[in-house]
Amino acid sequence: MFEILEKERIGPGVNRAVISAPAIAEAHRPGQFIILRTTENGERIPLTVADKDVEKGTITLVWQEVGATTYYMSTMCVGEKFQDICGPLGTPTHIEKFGTVIGVGGGIGVAPLYPITKGMHAAGNHVISIIGARTEGLLIMTEDIRKVSDELIISTDDGSFGVHGFVTQVLQGLIDKGQQIDLVVAIGPVPMMKAVVNVTKKANLPTVVSLNPIMVDGTGMCGACRVEVGGKTMFGCVDGPEFDGLQVDFDLLMKRLAMYKGPELIALNNFRETPRGCQCTFPGGA
Amino acid sequence: MSDQEAKPAKKPKVPRQKMPEQNPIERAHNFYEVALGYDNDLALLEASRCLQCKKPSCMKGCPVEVDIPDFVAMVKAGDLIGASWKIKEKNSLPRIAGRVCPQESQCESKCVVGAKGKNEPCAIGRLERYVADYAAIHGDGKLPELPKPTGLKVGIVGSGPAGLTMAGALIKKGVAVTVFEALHELGGVLVYGIPEFRLPKAIVRAEVEELRRMGVEFKTNWVIGRIETVDDLLEKRKFDGVFIGSGAGAPLFLRIPGENLNGVYSANEFLTRANLMKAYMFPEADTPVAKGRRVVVFGGGNVAMDAARTSLRLGAQEVTIVYRRTMAELPARAEEVHHAEEEGVKFELLSAPLEIIGNETGWAVGLKLQKMQLGEPDASGRRRPEAIPGAIYEKECDTVIVAIGNAANPLVPTTTKNLETNKWGNIVADPETGKTTKDRVWAGGDIVTGAATVILAMGAGRKAALSMIDTFKL
Repeated sequence: MFEILEKERIGPGVNRAVISAPAIAEAHRPGQFIILRTTENGERIPLTVADKDVEKGTITLVWQEVGATTYYMSTMCVGEKFQDICGPLGTPTHIEKFGTVIGVGGGIGVAPLYPITKGMHAAGNHVISIIGARTEGLLIMTEDIRKVSDELIISTDDGSFGVHGFVTQVLQGLIDKGQQIDLVVAIGPVPMMKAVVNVTKKANLPTVVSLNPIMVDGTGMCGACRVEVGGKTMFGCVDGPEFDGLQVDFDLLMKRLAMYKGPELIALNNFRETPRGCQCTFPGGA
Repeated sequence: MSDQEAKPAKKPKVPRQKMPEQNPIERAHNFYEVALGYDNDLALLEASRCLQCKKPSCMKGCPVEVDIPDFVAMVKAGDLIGASWKIKEKNSLPRIAGRVCPQESQCESKCVVGAKGKNEPCAIGRLERYVADYAAIHGDGKLPELPKPTGLKVGIVGSGPAGLTMAGALIKKGVAVTVFEALHELGGVLVYGIPEFRLPKAIVRAEVEELRRMGVEFKTNWVIGRIETVDDLLEKRKFDGVFIGSGAGAPLFLRIPGENLNGVYSANEFLTRANLMKAYMFPEADTPVAKGRRVVVFGGGNVAMDAARTSLRLGAQEVTIVYRRTMAELPARAEEVHHAEEEGVKFELLSAPLEIIGNETGWAVGLKLQKMQLGEPDASGRRRPEAIPGAIYEKECDTVIVAIGNAANPLVPTTTKNLETNKWGNIVADPETGKTTKDRVWAGGDIVTGAATVILAMGAGRKAALSMIDTFKL
């Protein structure tokens, strides 16, 4: 169980793996995530399922190297197994025919946006996807998104590909043009989601965001993933991960995400000093 | 001939034998077990105190009705293996119960030795632990004789004390049992909640292993309510019955300002990080936990004591329990409070939190507290704490652990059709049989009663197992 069947590097520090997990693939709905552990002493980290294949019994995970666990995952090779994968977790995305749905994805957030876009498209929505990154080399999964979108607009902060500017400027442009918009789904770094909500709030557009708070159990037992939505404390793992973006306290989320910055550095240094794992898809080392 | 010689020598009264323990100063810095257990001499002395009552009232105090006088008699006779089998007839997890049961309010509270004037009751719990540990180490590892499979199969949701007890009782009746656990390790609260120094994980693992050897199937990382529902278990997997023992895992918070600051934990999260995820080994284990210098724990139950004592062991300089009533009303076991005090945990009584104060980076740096006084008794019979007007003060701290209890986790109840819950979200179940409002579904433990004790959950698991056995006509 949980064997890595395929693995590739899809961008600088970004990896994609197809993993055998038949029961999870079958039960999974767009918007849901899994919690994994790499080894016996590993931490539990949540990752949104980027894609699945029920027939093959696989799920696809996409991750960016940020801490000891994600770096370690990048050294894991085809044929290796994860210690644990628990899922699906979280409340699935509410999918129905809204009309025109705008999907806004930034950086690694494009991965969790993909199954939602796919679902929204399949439900008969007119889907406009806005995908952005700092620079061309950091764009991921653009072709996957293109296949499930009616329109795709790509932007880069440095203008190296597509529109020169932020995804929020593209979105603002659509609003200014008078584009009919029934729902906005935004997933990406917290500052990006906050910026998107600043735009949609002014235009009074319903906006769904997917949050990535720190989690432990993922079943509502510990409360590590507390977020404030409309002044109320909610648990990201069971009440979310998707929330009404217009109500989310993003500043609190950013502070809470920084809670273990110190220990994370210690763990990363510890990892760097410990030679382990395969380096075949891991150019340059950690 | 003197008077003294004429009188028959009065038999010296054997006092209750003390539990050998690790020295408090030493143990406050390690995660090894605090109580070291009786040796054979202590066990024999303690067993000799049992009166072997014809109508043993101690058994009435035991939620799983262990045959206490019988097993103690076997200890007296030196047959420790036999004694362990005697206990296991009613309690499949004696090493766990011997450690975490509140015996002083159960079997030992009914002991006739204790009832007769000034003597302390027979230390039944310590004997149980001794017998079960002895059998685990010196026994031949034989399993109880299992009957032929009946063809019936039962699904159990949750591998905590209720679920494990249920599994043990049913497998012995030839029922195929599958236990579904949400976490990666089996044991529920026994592994994520109760700290290593009170209940070593190796003991839980050994008890689980024995059930596995008896044929119980375990599925970890399996969240009922997400990957499958209870209805799926009944309809698709064709289980003849399902037992829900998913626990009271939904932490309560105080709803005061500052509760979402960094450094503020639910006891569940703090203990899960420290126990299940082995944060005390960080960075050898990957999961960190904030190692506070000044830790404040809100609450006065056993979980609050566990959190406070775990904080000390993680290296905190000062750990304070803030509780709004007095020492007399603390709901924790006296033994746990005593252990915490010995190790250096401070108690700030008659004090209630009003606010957690944070700094600009979002970390907790202090508390605003309200001084209280005791007023008239409330519905629980305890004197109600009342605020003393104007008596508000501040206290520095960097870590806050909220240990004020748990609500029912809604994941299973809300995803199961026709399953009645009460206004607190607990599953409605018959207290005698564990039967719920849904056909073929039983429930027990904290998901029914709200947060309680390990042994009550074990009792509920046992009652539901008996009810299932009765229903299946085994």
